[in-house]
Amino acid sequence: SRRRMSAASNKMFSKILIANRGEIACRIIKTAKRMGVATVAVYSDADANSLHVALADEAIRIGPPPALESYLRGDNILEAATRSGAQAVHPGYGFLSENATFAKQCASAGVTFIGPPEKAIDQMGSKSVAKAIMSDAGVPVCPGYHGEDQSDAFLEEEAKRVGFPVMIKAVMGGGGKGMRLVQTPEGFQSALEACRREAAAGFADDRMLLERYVNEPRHVEVQVFADTLGNAVHLFERDCSVQRRHQKVLEEAPAPGISDATRAELGEAAVRAAKAVGYVGAGTVEFLMDTRTQEFFFCEMNTRLQVEHPVTEMVTGLDLVEWQLRVAAGQELPLKNQADIPLVGHAIEARICAENVARGFLPVAGTLRRMRLPSGAGSGAGGGDGDGGEVKIRVDTGVQEGDAVSVHYDPMVAKLIVHAPTRSAGLHGLRKALRDFQVVGLPTNIDFCERVAGHRGFEEGGVTTAFLEEHGDEVVPSPETMPPPPHAVVLASVAVLLEEQTAVTFPNDTSPWSARSGPWRAVGVRKQKLALASRDTAAGADGADEAGSEVTVECLADGGYVVEMQGARFAVSGAQLDAGGAMTAIVDGRRYSLDATVEGWGAVGAEGEVTLWCNHGPLEGDGYDRNRYELVVTRPRGRGARGSSKSTAESTGRVTSPMPGRVVRVLAESGQDVEKGQELMILEAMKMEHTVPAPFAGKVDLVSYVAGDLVDEGSVLITLKPLTK
Amino acid sequence: SRLARGARAAARGYASSSMRFPKLNGDLDVPAKTALESRLAMQEMVDELRSALATVEAGGGDLARKRHSAKGKLLARERIEAIVDPGSPFLELAPLAGYDEGIISGGAVAGIGRVEGVECMILANDATIKGGTYYPITVKKHLRAQEVAQENRLPCIYLVDSGGAFLPKQAEVFPDKEHFGRIFFNQANMSAAGIPQVAVVMGICTAGGAYVPAMSDETVIVNGTGTVFLAGPPTRQGSDRLSGVADHFAEDDEDAISIARSIVANFNLPSATNPSQRVAAMNAAAAAASGGGGERERSKSQEGATTAAEQQWDEPLFDPREMGSIIPTDSKKPFDVRKVIARLVDGSRFHEFKERYGTTMVTGFGHLYGQSVGIVANNGVLFSESALKAAHFVELCCQRGIPIIFLQNITGFMVGKRYEHQGIAKDGAKLVAAVSCAKVPKITCVIGGSYGAGNYGMCGRAYSPRFLFMWPNARISVMGGEQAANVLAQVEKDKRERSGETLGEEEEAKIKDPILNKFERESSPYYSSSRLWDDGVIDPADTRKVLGLTLHVATKDAAPPTSFGVFRM
Repeated sequence: SRRRMSAASNKMFSKILIANRGEIACRIIKTAKRMGVATVAVYSDADANSLHVALADEAIRIGPPPALESYLRGDNILEAATRSGAQAVHPGYGFLSENATFAKQCASAGVTFIGPPEKAIDQMGSKSVAKAIMSDAGVPVCPGYHGEDQSDAFLEEEAKRVGFPVMIKAVMGGGGKGMRLVQTPEGFQSALEACRREAAAGFADDRMLLERYVNEPRHVEVQVFADTLGNAVHLFERDCSVQRRHQKVLEEAPAPGISDATRAELGEAAVRAAKAVGYVGAGTVEFLMDTRTQEFFFCEMNTRLQVEHPVTEMVTGLDLVEWQLRVAAGQELPLKNQADIPLVGHAIEARICAENVARGFLPVAGTLRRMRLPSGAGSGAGGGDGDGGEVKIRVDTGVQEGDAVSVHYDPMVAKLIVHAPTRSAGLHGLRKALRDFQVVGLPTNIDFCERVAGHRGFEEGGVTTAFLEEHGDEVVPSPETMPPPPHAVVLASVAVLLEEQTAVTFPNDTSPWSARSGPWRAVGVRKQKLALASRDTAAGADGADEAGSEVTVECLADGGYVVEMQGARFAVSGAQLDAGGAMTAIVDGRRYSLDATVEGWGAVGAEGEVTLWCNHGPLEGDGYDRNRYELVVTRPRGRGARGSSKSTAESTGRVTSPMPGRVVRVLAESGQDVEKGQELMILEAMKMEHTVPAPFAGKVDLVSYVAGDLVDEGSVLITLKPLTK
Repeated sequence: SRLARGARAAARGYASSSMRFPKLNGDLDVPAKTALESRLAMQEMVDELRSALATVEAGGGDLARKRHSAKGKLLARERIEAIVDPGSPFLELAPLAGYDEGIISGGAVAGIGRVEGVECMILANDATIKGGTYYPITVKKHLRAQEVAQENRLPCIYLVDSGGAFLPKQAEVFPDKEHFGRIFFNQANMSAAGIPQVAVVMGICTAGGAYVPAMSDETVIVNGTGTVFLAGPPTRQGSDRLSGVADHFAEDDEDAISIARSIVANFNLPSATNPSQRVAAMNAAAAAASGGGGERERSKSQEGATTAAEQQWDEPLFDPREMGSIIPTDSKKPFDVRKVIARLVDGSRFHEFKERYGTTMVTGFGHLYGQSVGIVANNGVLFSESALKAAHFVELCCQRGIPIIFLQNITGFMVGKRYEHQGIAKDGAKLVAAVSCAKVPKITCVIGGSYGAGNYGMCGRAYSPRFLFMWPNARISVMGGEQAANVLAQVEKDKRERSGETLGEEEEAKIKDPILNKFERESSPYYSSSRLWDDGVIDPADTRKVLGLTLHVATKDAAPPTSFGVFRM
């Protein structure tokens, strides 16, 4: 009844609460500010100093860091809404955005939930209900049979109705057992028989279900919008086929290689779907599309604003959050005639995440010691305000340089969106922007994204959801095959020396003893030995950290350097590194202008990280097309193994945490004998579970943590004693 | 670029006080050919110096170094490189000590370097040279390093890796006042004077050597390689836990050095990182010494405050690399020492004192890296007037607490009846007295000859300059070789004449030649430096750098007041 009341008065809210964090909270606040709507942020203890809190007009604490105790606490959020006098709550995506109970609680608290009616959330939350509704509304759904009649003949008839190729699956199935793909009716009975046998043996249940098999599917989704006055339009489709374990990597609009007719059919189907559930607000209808036939089938409906909504904003020039607020305030859709919705150019989004690509995309928490956005980057909605000529660059982020990426939440650092008149111009722009995007302190997937964007298959367009599984090797950097070229090692070494010098150069120090005047020597020249290894290598398999280069840098009296590496000598002159990271240096007569950062080193550092960005392409002698070099620098120690702080689990018996996170379950106890590879502990970080296996067969000596404990990267979880036989 | 920075600084109005001084004309007013010949002659001498220093840098040779490194130990110079603030200068002292007797570096590397922003005296035994044992020259060098530390209040860091006294020469290293025992006497007294003493035991450390860590304020020992024992079984791991001889236990050389740096950071001494503490400490020192000279010291500390605020200095307008072009190939030919000064002082600006009186001596004020300094430089043979002028100037410097740099190029005082009658002896004595008593920091650089009483008046080694350096063309002896040969030949001639005989030309040559050869050899800067009569032979192009670095450490504390003795009038 309140909804109807607010629908009757079409006045915009004066204050809203954003029940989310990170980039989406910032994104919503920006639009609200532009519309003159006051904003209230909520935050957990981990986010007290975060950007969304700073941007909002007010902020209210809602609990400790774990999402379950903060951002998922509907009651706390509603209390915050009441306290601050917010008239509406925008849930963003994730957290409570598709929680019908929360929507209901909002309604009873007299606060508008900026999203669809709870019934729509509920219905779309159930796959079977959603499918039934869509089927009834004439939206193509993936045909199948899920019934109780299990007779062979009946199932074969059903298979013919569903259409070949068809998938037979055991109802209780899993792990590929009791599952067959059948291409023609002729093979059906024998396949069914085989499935039943396996299922009976495997699960003591031989009931089967049938599903139409979609060949080489693409993930194509349609943005829809509906208001409380019965209007519904679509804002065209997005293609999100580039996925890694169901996590989207690149998203684009419009979907490449789709005919106008198909586009229109997709849109109409999506609008029918929205209408069928009495949808209000922003929603996304996901379809699986057959790559060859462009047949598409309803998959599910997301009843929220999607992460990838900016690509739609870029091609339509519309602000989806503004639309959400207007609709929630009971106003009409700003454009209610489908024909009025523009579709201009092409937009692509890359999700930039703090993760270690080489280590299986393991999420990483830590501090963003440096974060520089591509030049010309804007952050506004509605086509982007980055004025980069024809190519527009938009970055949506909730963090800035110096902020931490917390173990408690999603590791996404930013979304980079590029818009251009054509897809190929957009791809070119995306790759350049990715090269310009500088993050230090945490490993990211920036390189990975750039490689995916540069992959020929993706350039051609229309890739399937299996793209990364099939071409993963081509886009995931393989440490062994890409040692840094000599000039990268040379430049990194000189950057380290310049950084060291800066670390002991103090302001107001005019003494001739200051490092400012250089390492003058009465006898000989200053020589510094360094060991440098590619970071990918260092982070890779155990023992790979021996693969680096050892160099000796000589500091000449004239301010130049000679870097000696494996017998070769490189002359460096005119080397400079300013506080902002801009570096110039002439290496053997070739002048480089690049960006360089040295982290964690200082005057007496034991291990540091050097990152070089060569925005004009790879360095001389590099056979690999890349522009970024990440090197770990250490001082070679006289004592070899003794000096090395790294020691393998094998030698110490210490099983350490590969990442910061929370202990979910402890599977081993003190005194227990374990096999090599046996699961000892399960950790969770950034919504991902990670199993810690036993590095060798042994007896558990000590278990240091219990479920619920937080651990740091490198924490000793369990001590093992090798079994003596 | 520093010139440009100076120019920018001037534009912003940061002009240092030297900016008010007139600029010297440093142009080489000799024919280009002459200048080139001079430059090439000096280049040859500098090349010889570089090659000698390269020998020194190689320490005990490839094999010895390899053996040393194979133990996982850093070499002496690597240890020093690791301990000083990266990218900051290191002024090695007396690298040529022991050079002509084949004891490279005198067995230990010594020098001044910055650690955690604090200038320290660092002394590293070089175990690749005679096992790091103490030869007489090693003891002399160690004591000289301590003397420099004591005079300039430099904390001492001993990187110990030594087998102790060289036993076959025990009589020359053990018993006397300036022998082995003096090292520990100095440590105790420096510690008493608040000059921190730190030892890092990075190798063997036996017999008397064991007292270096034991006498230190704070000691680090390296696991495995570091040992401390007086006699009997070595104490290793136990020395921190059991005997308490070591205070810190390090995994390896690198670890030990990082601990040592941390120790320096805890000296709570004024450092580059906290110049305010520097001024505060100087004020405290001034207050403590508030006697007759208290007032001056306070003004000195105020000056410290103002120089800290003055950020900039200018490089000389003339290239220091042209020093060689100034010095004539024939050492008897005169040159204008102002050309040298023009390549030393900030902005080539020089406030000359008594320019037209006693012109064979040039005196005046300038700045070196922003530090004001008085310069006394020879410009020919010394006459009474030049000696009086210089004595006057030395008094001025002492009155004002301004340090003095002596640029020595002196054959001696003018001789002859006329000058003796004019009283050159007593005027020379006035200068010697003034220089002897002057308590402001004195630094001497021998840029040419250093002969006879000229050496005294121009602050030779016996007059305790804080530092003394030589150019490779320098010569030092009681008189010129030729003069000495003539004197001895004359003595023989006189003897023969008394007995009615004559001295033939051939016989005269027989007397003269060995003297000439002996003087030539013994007046060489390498002969001097090998015996630690100086703190090093330097490339003339580095003079500004070396004098600037030493002047800076010499002026960290306010100078005590000078009281002169009786001047013979």
